[in-house]
Amino acid sequence: MTVELSLTRDPAHIRHGSNIGQPMTRTDGVLKVTGKARYAADNHPPGMVYAVIATSCIARGRVTALDVAAARRHPGVIDVMTPAHKPELAEDPDAKGNPFAFRMELLQSDEVRYANQAVAVVIAETLEAATEGAALLSPRYQVEIARVGLDAGEAYAPPVVGIGNPAEVRHGDIDAGMAAAAKLTDSTYQTPAQYHNAMEPHAIVAVWDGDRLFIDTPSQGMGFAQMRIAGLFGIPPANIHINSPFLGGGFGSKGLISGPQVLGIMAAKLIGRPVKLVLRRSQMYGPVGHRPPTRQRIRIGTDESGALTVINHEARVTTSSFDDFYEPAADASHTLYASPAIRTAHEAVRVDTGTPLFMRAPGEATGSIVLESAIDEAAFACGIDPLEFRLKNYAEVEPTTGKPFSSKALRQCYAKAAERFGWAGRPLQPKQMRDENGFLVGWGVGTATFPAIMFQGNARAVIRADGKGVMETGAHDMGQGAWTALAQISADSLGLDFDQLTFRSGSSDLPDAGIAGGSGHTATVGAAIHNAGAAVIAKLAELATSDQRSPLFGAGNAGVVARAGRLHRRDDDARSEGYADILARAGLAEVDATGSGAADAAAQSQYAMHAHGAVFAEVKVDPELGQIRATRLVGAFAAGRIINPLMVQSQLYGGMIWGLSFALHEEAVMDHRSGRILNANLAEYHVPVNADVPPMDVITVDEHDPHVNPLGIKGVGEIGITGSAGAVANAVFHATGIRVRNFPIKIEEIVMGLS
Amino acid sequence: MMNFDYVRPASVADAIAAGSEKGASYLASGTNLLDLMKGGVSRPSRLVDVTRLPGLDRIEHLADGSLRIGALVRNADLAHDAEFARNYPAVAEALLSGASAQLRNAATVGGNLMQRTRCAYFYDAGSACNRRWPGAGCDALKGENRLHAVLGWSEGCIATHPSDFCVPLVALDAIVEIEGKGGRRELPLEALHRLPGETPERETALERGDLIVALRLPSEAQGFARHARYIKVRERTSYAFAVVSAAAALRIVDGKIREARLALGGVAAKPWRAREAEQVLAGAAPDAAAYREAARAALAGAKPSGDNAFKIELAQRILVRALTLAAAGTPDRIPALPGSPFSSVAGA
Ligand SMILES: Cc1cc2nc3c(=O)[nH]c(=O)nc-3n(C[C@H](O)[C@H](O)[C@H](O)COP(=O)(O)OP(=O)(O)OC[C@H]3O[C@@H](n4cnc5c(N)ncnc54)[C@H](O)[C@@H]3O)c2cc1C
Ligand code: SF4
Repeated sequence: MTVELSLTRDPAHIRHGSNIGQPMTRTDGVLKVTGKARYAADNHPPGMVYAVIATSCIARGRVTALDVAAARRHPGVIDVMTPAHKPELAEDPDAKGNPFAFRMELLQSDEVRYANQAVAVVIAETLEAATEGAALLSPRYQVEIARVGLDAGEAYAPPVVGIGNPAEVRHGDIDAGMAAAAKLTDSTYQTPAQYHNAMEPHAIVAVWDGDRLFIDTPSQGMGFAQMRIAGLFGIPPANIHINSPFLGGGFGSKGLISGPQVLGIMAAKLIGRPVKLVLRRSQMYGPVGHRPPTRQRIRIGTDESGALTVINHEARVTTSSFDDFYEPAADASHTLYASPAIRTAHEAVRVDTGTPLFMRAPGEATGSIVLESAIDEAAFACGIDPLEFRLKNYAEVEPTTGKPFSSKALRQCYAKAAERFGWAGRPLQPKQMRDENGFLVGWGVGTATFPAIMFQGNARAVIRADGKGVMETGAHDMGQGAWTALAQISADSLGLDFDQLTFRSGSSDLPDAGIAGGSGHTATVGAAIHNAGAAVIAKLAELATSDQRSPLFGAGNAGVVARAGRLHRRDDDARSEGYADILARAGLAEVDATGSGAADAAAQSQYAMHAHGAVFAEVKVDPELGQIRATRLVGAFAAGRIINPLMVQSQLYGGMIWGLSFALHEEAVMDHRSGRILNANLAEYHVPVNADVPPMDVITVDEHDPHVNPLGIKGVGEIGITGSAGAVANAVFHATGIRVRNFPIKIEEIVMGLS
Repeated sequence: MMNFDYVRPASVADAIAAGSEKGASYLASGTNLLDLMKGGVSRPSRLVDVTRLPGLDRIEHLADGSLRIGALVRNADLAHDAEFARNYPAVAEALLSGASAQLRNAATVGGNLMQRTRCAYFYDAGSACNRRWPGAGCDALKGENRLHAVLGWSEGCIATHPSDFCVPLVALDAIVEIEGKGGRRELPLEALHRLPGETPERETALERGDLIVALRLPSEAQGFARHARYIKVRERTSYAFAVVSAAAALRIVDGKIREARLALGGVAAKPWRAREAEQVLAGAAPDAAAYREAARAALAGAKPSGDNAFKIELAQRILVRALTLAAAGTPDRIPALPGSPFSSVAGA
């Protein structure tokens, strides 16, 4: 069911020679701006009806009654799915088959584990009828006292944090590091709960045909979704066809299929008709993951010269009462600064929320703002400029492992961004600078870093009789530009001009491209494409060079290069043959080959692989009223090979705005008694608006990395948040002399601090 | 959402007849009402769409020098009316500091006056709220209340009125024209919104079926045009409700304040006219000492209703700022960031 999309191939997109590195605009851009890009909820198969989830308004307890009769009486309501009336599942949704099988609420019981949890689903002919039906259910509850916040219960050491990282890491002698410190800063920071808030809410259109299932749903991981759904419904994964050409943002919340999406599939099964289920904005604050709140204590020791003697970074995080995900906040301290002793440790508290999950830079974001603030405190305590302090403690090898970096152009990042920003001459003391209108001005710096991660992905390449090419991979475009960047890699891998390529993606019927997460999608799928392209070209070369009638006869596989739809002899460029001619003579309609991409374990054991960056921020603060405004952000990033500078710039801009948001705006406010989120809407859950986003400058620093993967790609999706958040927070300190350790920085802290 | 009747009366009289029925609610542009309906907070059984009523979308100059603004004039149209902005600059600035361009294009004058509080517990159908359910209790009182009222609140309700528009209006003695079952009457805007007291559910002085048809600014209101500002502190640069805001309007004659008008937003269940502070300023020299004294007088009766003591301090500083800027003179044009402290210096 792969749909052919009318992706742009206009002259602006056609160029000869290499496509990689070119700032092509989005091939799906015209579809998007003309409203023709079909997102999941835009689908409307014949006979489709609507499902609306009724959610709990308590955070802990049981549903004791649902007025199903009232909902059923409402005109248009077809059925009400409840724990007592639902399709059988083949697998317990609370079973933990693998670490990525997070527990979900599929009406398996009347238990309520968090506010906004599904307690029933109403299916109706119209959205309005289903919505009202859900309201008419008027659940009654047996309420238990909700556990809310970082002090809700006994803290314990989690078995692992993030994806299998140890909860505690020790490097060097911590006690000796403490003892050796001439200065020791010791501060405790807090970061709030945050919710992904992708523009596009989670949505699904589900159609059953016997035991085959067709679904339109936004997904960052169709392969994982197939496996989970297959298990729950007891059907083979191959029977599940997922279509996910476009996502209106995911940020990690669409990495794994969520409970509400599965409820849509169950509803379709229950009534035997196609069903659409779309979450309301407020319903996204619970079942689809979030960034948990953290409290982090960080101690940093320095000797007389300002060299680090120890970093001791401890984090307390929350997880749900019924599952385990631990934000690896303290791990941010592993790689950046050369300290002879580093300890990171985590503890956790169970609360009555949905299970926290991956949210753009999970761990890196929460840890980075704290580490960068604490480094700023340490530099200030030593009386050293914060950029100089970072350079002084620059890690030449990865501090906790001693491994060399596969590449690390962070020094150039510092230098270029500092120069562009005009950092030189910054006064060391805070509250020294004012603008012409009397506003306090502050400058801050933060270091950005993110690991170069790869998953496992596959691609299939085809050269057709007409000499044109096809590349197929079930990749995911979350808005980052996969349709374009992966097509650029495809064209190059096939030695074709861009307009000679059909690029198919966004469907589970295509080769599994792995999960689009960890900023690793372009690296993973790019490598798969690269290998598939190389394999099919090798087949063509084999055909040509072993055929006496070919001008390439006898050149040997290594002896040809592919360019613009022809193979050329490496030793004699004038001798060449077109793909179509090679296939015609061989009497073949096409040749194809597959390729896969994954991390190289040998290289990983030898090298530390990370992208890096440096971000400089300027803020202005009203000296009496305390209102803060960021006025400049400059970031330089070294992230391996840049496939498409335009897309990369957008990713980095977006990440830096998230960093700004982290420092100044974003926070889910929870009632400490009921555990309900009080600002589950985009009016009150503040993210920066245009007027908050300052002029931004993004510089990319070239990095040739032969170790990370064949194309030398590191990720750019998440790194922009790291560094930026701390830079903004540090700029606020520099402007005001007030060190706010509770994020986001609130106006009262500044108002009362300035008096 | 629940099924409801929808009527679109052709005349004000028909509207009042329809709007007087039990369960009826007037619908203007719906930017507030529809959100409340979707959240299950308001469940009217009948919507009386007033947006097509004839004659209510005009701005008229009356013979006595006052200005009459129809209840259906859009927030954006009013703010961008050049003559209006010149004569009532603080009102235009307040309007433009509110919501977003899209919302202002839709929102009406009547709807803005009658918008409901943004108290999160009021919006959360699962919380106890005396406004939604008299006698249920107030979950905000011991809850997340850093942005709640510091003036005029009661144990029954600590919510604030969110309108920016109303703040300079109340300072300028605006009058509300109302049509109801008993005919036409008028009310000072200051008397439209009620403090909660023992009956927080009675938010305004309107009775069932009462329709706001117009707003009037008396002729004296123009006399403050040269020294009038609206300053709003909020949690992002735009598109956020006020943490605290202030309107200051002065008549300065011979280097002395002849008359001052001051009001605060975001501090009480109504736009808060600060008469004590006005008295302090009458006849005073326009200087920092006088402003500070006035600000102290304005907040003399304030007390925190929760985690919001900072708002008392902030309100005083905003008053001082608004006065300082008003005295410095109204900028020629409404600043690019209306109401923002960052655009306040010489109207930059
Ligand atoms: C995201 C968001 C942000 C916002 N930010 C701000 C802000 O920063 N500052 C600010 O001031 N406002 C803000 N607002 C509120 C906005 O100003 C109001 O929603 C708008 O003014 C209401 O006008 P309306 O015509 O849409 O009214 P409606 O929603 O149609 O009506 C609102 C109420 O008024 C009643 N009503 C309407 N007209 C009349 C009448 N003529 N007589 C009697 N009763 C009537 C209705 O019955 C209803 O109860 C924001 C709103 C939103 C949604
Ligand atoms: S403050 Fe007022 S509006 Fe808010 S919950 Fe209490 S009674 Fe309701």
